[in-house]
Amino acid sequence: MKRIAVFLVIALLACQFVFAGGSTESKSGEKEIIIGVFEPQTGENGGGGYQEVLGMRYANKVYPTVQINGETYKVRLIEADNKSDKTEAVTAAQSLISSGASVILGSYGSGVSIAAGDIFLDNEVPAIGASCTNPQVTFGNDYYFRVCFLDPFQGTVMANFAWQDGAKKAAVITQLGDDYSSGLGNFFKRAFVDLGGNVVSEQQFQTNTTDFKSILTNIKATNPDVIFAPSSIATAPLIIKQARELGITAKIMAGDTWENSSIIENAGSSAEGVVLSTFFDDADPATDEAAKFIKGFKPYLVENNQPDIIPAVSALGYDSYLVALKAIEAANSTKGPAIRDALVDVAVEGVTGKIVFDQNGDADKDLAFIKVIENGQFKFLKTVSVL
Amino acid sequence: MSITTILQHSLTGISLGGAYGLIAIGYTLVYGILRLINFAHGDIFMMAGYFMIFSLASFPWPIAIVVTLLITVLMGIAIERVAYKPLRSSPRMSIMISAIGVSYLLQNLATYLFTAIPRGYPEIPLLKRIFRVGELSASLVTLLTPVLTIVLVALLMILVNKTKTGMAMRAASKDFETAKLMGININRVITVTFAIGSLLAGIGSILYFTDRMSVTPFSGTLPGLKCFVAAVFGGIGNIPGAVIGGFFIGIVETLLVALGYSTFSDAFTFVLLIVMLLVKPTGLFGEKTMEKV
Repeated sequence: MKRIAVFLVIALLACQFVFAGGSTESKSGEKEIIIGVFEPQTGENGGGGYQEVLGMRYANKVYPTVQINGETYKVRLIEADNKSDKTEAVTAAQSLISSGASVILGSYGSGVSIAAGDIFLDNEVPAIGASCTNPQVTFGNDYYFRVCFLDPFQGTVMANFAWQDGAKKAAVITQLGDDYSSGLGNFFKRAFVDLGGNVVSEQQFQTNTTDFKSILTNIKATNPDVIFAPSSIATAPLIIKQARELGITAKIMAGDTWENSSIIENAGSSAEGVVLSTFFDDADPATDEAAKFIKGFKPYLVENNQPDIIPAVSALGYDSYLVALKAIEAANSTKGPAIRDALVDVAVEGVTGKIVFDQNGDADKDLAFIKVIENGQFKFLKTVSVL
Repeated sequence: MSITTILQHSLTGISLGGAYGLIAIGYTLVYGILRLINFAHGDIFMMAGYFMIFSLASFPWPIAIVVTLLITVLMGIAIERVAYKPLRSSPRMSIMISAIGVSYLLQNLATYLFTAIPRGYPEIPLLKRIFRVGELSASLVTLLTPVLTIVLVALLMILVNKTKTGMAMRAASKDFETAKLMGININRVITVTFAIGSLLAGIGSILYFTDRMSVTPFSGTLPGLKCFVAAVFGGIGNIPGAVIGGFFIGIVETLLVALGYSTFSDAFTFVLLIVMLLVKPTGLFGEKTMEKV
């Protein structure tokens, strides 16, 4: 009995090896190319990561094939969950590489992207980030590209908005050890001080903190006009609600992560008046691709039991897939280095606008959408461009 | 720091301490009788959070609270029956390992059933009513937590010291074997102990999560460990000691964050555990017991 079990296990393992090797030829003889999806689907950023994955899956549904050397290749998405954890991210990245991915998409969350960056570089597999906004993701890494704007830009946009809104004193709340949160908080602080504003309080919290009352009490004592709190979707409603409970009336602002309907759901009426910057506005499609995307993606969201409000990260996920496809076509190859060289010169009319890469591999974007929460919905306020 | 800020911080600290105290009692009661550190206790607290989310979705809040507490108590008793009772005559270490197993089982079961994405904790409007005195602002649950903790501990002390069940519990904690010989139904005593411990964890869970509004499968881990430290600090096996330990840890933790040392607030709790074990292993109010040979 035991011997049979051992034999079965070995047989199964052997099967896996046989199938893992076949990356370009599927059983029916149809040519296949693999795109790896490197996203968190559990853990702290599980909710946001899933929305980004939905954008990619939908793009795969709309554009299921790609032409290479006059032959039609079927695009297969392989998903690996990086669990919002820097250690898990390395494992997930390695598993995608070993499954034969030609291009990688992701990740939501800058920390995990930075952690996995070297693996993509060493294996010469290009990666296209969708919504990781920290400069360190692409800096000094020839194989990492991204389709969204960066934190220095986003921080400046929010600081400008606060300043124009009449704020003189700001408080900043950031998460210890989180590259996105502390990075964006710093860029905001720098820009706000440059404008002549005063940062009266800087507070930090640890991952998985649920009690923000002490740091909010400290902030209340300094009486700021705005609170800038870039953080994850999980912490957002806690900060918003506890601030209002303590009687803090200052305007609360954050970055792109907060554009998520679960925040309104969980924070309820306390979320009214919260301001955030984001990549995309579905009321104002920038390109033809965007108009097409908005029409098709809403029913797709409902199919997947999501509210029919398009999250900006889904739009970016969709765009990253389009860019990957365009680069594969331009490279006329399934090889990583060739696709990487094609990415440098690629130009795509995406959902979030025209995408071309600068020498760092960052999308050349200078437009952010500011939204405010009103009557339980994200309402477009204005677009801001800096430079 | 102004006087209102200090008062606001104290309020937060006392409220957090109250919730810790309620959970710490669960550790202390079980240890007192079974000499077992019930590592699954923090996860019972977490599960109670999920029970409340689901029962509040289908019942009005007074019934939902009763249902939640009832299910939590039943779960506590069931865990004892399935995972601890069969091991009662085996070495103490086996039960402890079983408890760790139950803890992981509950965490992973919750991850499987409810996913790791945080769930919003529903609001009970009455508990969330906000009171303002000058610059001071707090919801009812913040004020209620420490009061309720003290009332429940007083009731528990009466139960332990004045009733027959309490007498049986005290006897069992003094000497398990002799209590059995004297005709005490030891299984009933243990069931009652787990029921009380789980009930308090359930009440603590409602107070804690109403104030903090989100539950994940790992929400119970850190509060659980901290409350265990609180129980050791107060002298494990001693009920008022556990509550005082809970208040102490809650207040110091809040104070550290208030002073800007949020990085060290968790570290403090565990340094306290080590120092306590080195300097006064019996805790603040623990009795010095003779080792039975």
